[in-house]
Amino acid sequence: MSTFLGMPTTAPRGVGHLRGDRTFPEAARDALKNDQLRRNLRHATTTIRGKSGKVIAELPDWQSLRDAGSAIKAGVLAQLPELLEQLEARVTEAGGVVHWAADANEANAIVTGLVRQTGSDRVIKVKSMATQEIGLNEALEAAGITPVETDLAELIVQLGHDKPSHILVPAIHRNRSEIRDIFLRAMPGVDPALTDDPPVLAAAARRYLRETFLSTTVAVSGANFAIADTGTLGVVESEGNGRMCLTLPDTLITVMGIEKVLPTWRDLEVFLQLLPRSSTGERMNPYTTMWTGVTPGDGPQKFHLVLLDNGRTAVLSDPAGRQALHCIRCSACLNVCPVYERTGGHSYGSVYPGPIGAVLSPQLTGVADNASLPYASSLCGACFDACPVKIDIPSLLVHLRNRVRHPAAERAAMAAAAYTMDRPKLYASAQRAAKLARIAGRRGRGLPPPLSGWTAGRDLPEFPKQTFRDWWAERASHPEPASHPEPASHPERAEET
Amino acid sequence: MRIAFFATCLADTLFPEAAKATVRLLERLGHEVVFPNQQTCCGQMHINTGYQKEALPLVRRYASTFDRYDVTVVPSGSCAGSIRHQHAMVASAYGDAGLASRAADVAARTYELSELLIDVLKVEDVGAYYPHRVTYHPTCHSLRMTRVGDKPLRLLRQVRGIDLVELPAAEQCCGFGGTFALKNPETSTAMLADKITDIVSTGADVCTAGDTSCLMHIGGGLSRLRAGVRTVHLAEILASTESS
Repeated sequence: MSTFLGMPTTAPRGVGHLRGDRTFPEAARDALKNDQLRRNLRHATTTIRGKSGKVIAELPDWQSLRDAGSAIKAGVLAQLPELLEQLEARVTEAGGVVHWAADANEANAIVTGLVRQTGSDRVIKVKSMATQEIGLNEALEAAGITPVETDLAELIVQLGHDKPSHILVPAIHRNRSEIRDIFLRAMPGVDPALTDDPPVLAAAARRYLRETFLSTTVAVSGANFAIADTGTLGVVESEGNGRMCLTLPDTLITVMGIEKVLPTWRDLEVFLQLLPRSSTGERMNPYTTMWTGVTPGDGPQKFHLVLLDNGRTAVLSDPAGRQALHCIRCSACLNVCPVYERTGGHSYGSVYPGPIGAVLSPQLTGVADNASLPYASSLCGACFDACPVKIDIPSLLVHLRNRVRHPAAERAAMAAAAYTMDRPKLYASAQRAAKLARIAGRRGRGLPPPLSGWTAGRDLPEFPKQTFRDWWAERASHPEPASHPEPASHPERAEET
Repeated sequence: MRIAFFATCLADTLFPEAAKATVRLLERLGHEVVFPNQQTCCGQMHINTGYQKEALPLVRRYASTFDRYDVTVVPSGSCAGSIRHQHAMVASAYGDAGLASRAADVAARTYELSELLIDVLKVEDVGAYYPHRVTYHPTCHSLRMTRVGDKPLRLLRQVRGIDLVELPAAEQCCGFGGTFALKNPETSTAMLADKITDIVSTGADVCTAGDTSCLMHIGGGLSRLRAGVRTVHLAEILASTESS
């Protein structure tokens, strides 16, 4: 392992899935042309929004729960080193082994080494964002180990040699006929007469996965929570396939981002209410699996916990940016985001799409490597209102935009605008001179880039004959007859600079 | 009451009718309106595009221009939101503690138009007459940053002759987002297309809102499509009377 030498480092390049190969506007342009994708996304996000809104409305103390969730997470970040050391001690006492991974490369090497030690050439996987983030599947495959995703949607993504496009519903961009085709092409032993009826598709996955569960001795999972006080890990899920992985194999390896630790069991009361209602729109998720180290004769007899940094300490070092680490991966912000709904998750280039991805990915990688993501938002604020732990995503986006290295032409234009706007006389003459619409042809249709981006789909307003400022000055020198007894207004004394 | 008027750069330059209407409305209600001519822009475009340092002089200018007035009105939920939620932040990051506290103080006395009318002037029926079919788009920053709630609708409901129709999916963003519309034009246009479909579905002649920026975006799309729906700022409806 590397030695900590001072400033925390960001997630390394060349490994994992935090960076796209294109900017957001480039990727979004292609995604927007896919009508099928937009229909799927609109249907799925509208459905989840409706369900979630209904069950949230049942709780009179929802806003207090959000405040509590936010406060607990802020407290965790304020004492993260102590909590992690406490967690390490408790897990070790309970028979587990704790590993510290500074980045994706270290985590992948640790997990690959642990699987090799078992002699198995296959692992079953619980749906996990952390292992997607570090590209664990690719690392295992490179070492001759076959990872099998057991979450139905992750399995669809894996068999389709695809990438997840939603935190909670990774195959949200696929419809059932596409899923049928993927199964027919890639699922071992699938019935060639497979239809696209959802129960039939689920049954095919179930048959394949059951065989895999019963014949694989090593599982890899992520974790939703870890309780420092007791050394307990927790995974919440809907299908039960996670529980199969967490209970059947001999060896369980859990990869967890360091920000997932919670101080006490009591804190779960808050998060087990917030998470399912915000994510799947359920009052309670169907399966909650919790384990503490190793229990002789019951469940996996070898347990390893890999604590992953991969840029999180760098995020923590920014007092304004660190609230992105409050995220509990519910994806409520994706489901309410008008940009995500139209562009889909792949446009963000990272395993963390949507509003939270736009603030988390650039911080994990350093803003320079994801410079277009903080701009992938209209700052409409729907994400902030939906976030169960009250991450102020719009303010974070603005904060990160301020750290982006701007294009030279834009920098010059912004500086000129600020200069002019700080000089009222100059500003007023610029207003009069800027008959933009007139020099640019009818309603601005002849404008050059970047303004042509506007006029591709919209007209510019007609330029008024007189600015308000000039109207006001003129009115002051030729007062209108007052409509009420007292003279209504008078101009301010001019103090032009 | 003596009310300082911050017209906003957009209304001053491109939508003077919205600014004039604000003045006429407040004067009709018996108040004195002053327009300090040292004002220019709140700096939100700079702040939201990542130029906080460049925005500092504009933050300072807003505070020094409006500090001397008890109440300032802004005919924009977005600019009011920027003044209230961003000015002190920019001032403390790039200016000094004195400016930050002055910016916060002035911001606390700055009101969006519907807030001024309902919360400060305590009036819901402003005596307006507007015989048109109108739908209201509650802009994102009015709704989720300035949090004006249903105040604009309460004012509109009192307008004589108006046929106010509900906008489906009203709380969805129109896709403007300032420089978002230039940096992500295709996504912005896709959002606008859905907003326009919803507006047209109401059968309204007029789409109104409390922000000229969103109205410029929506109006630009409606004009391109020759949809036959006009965009009109909330202040213009409230300023209309039977004699105007």
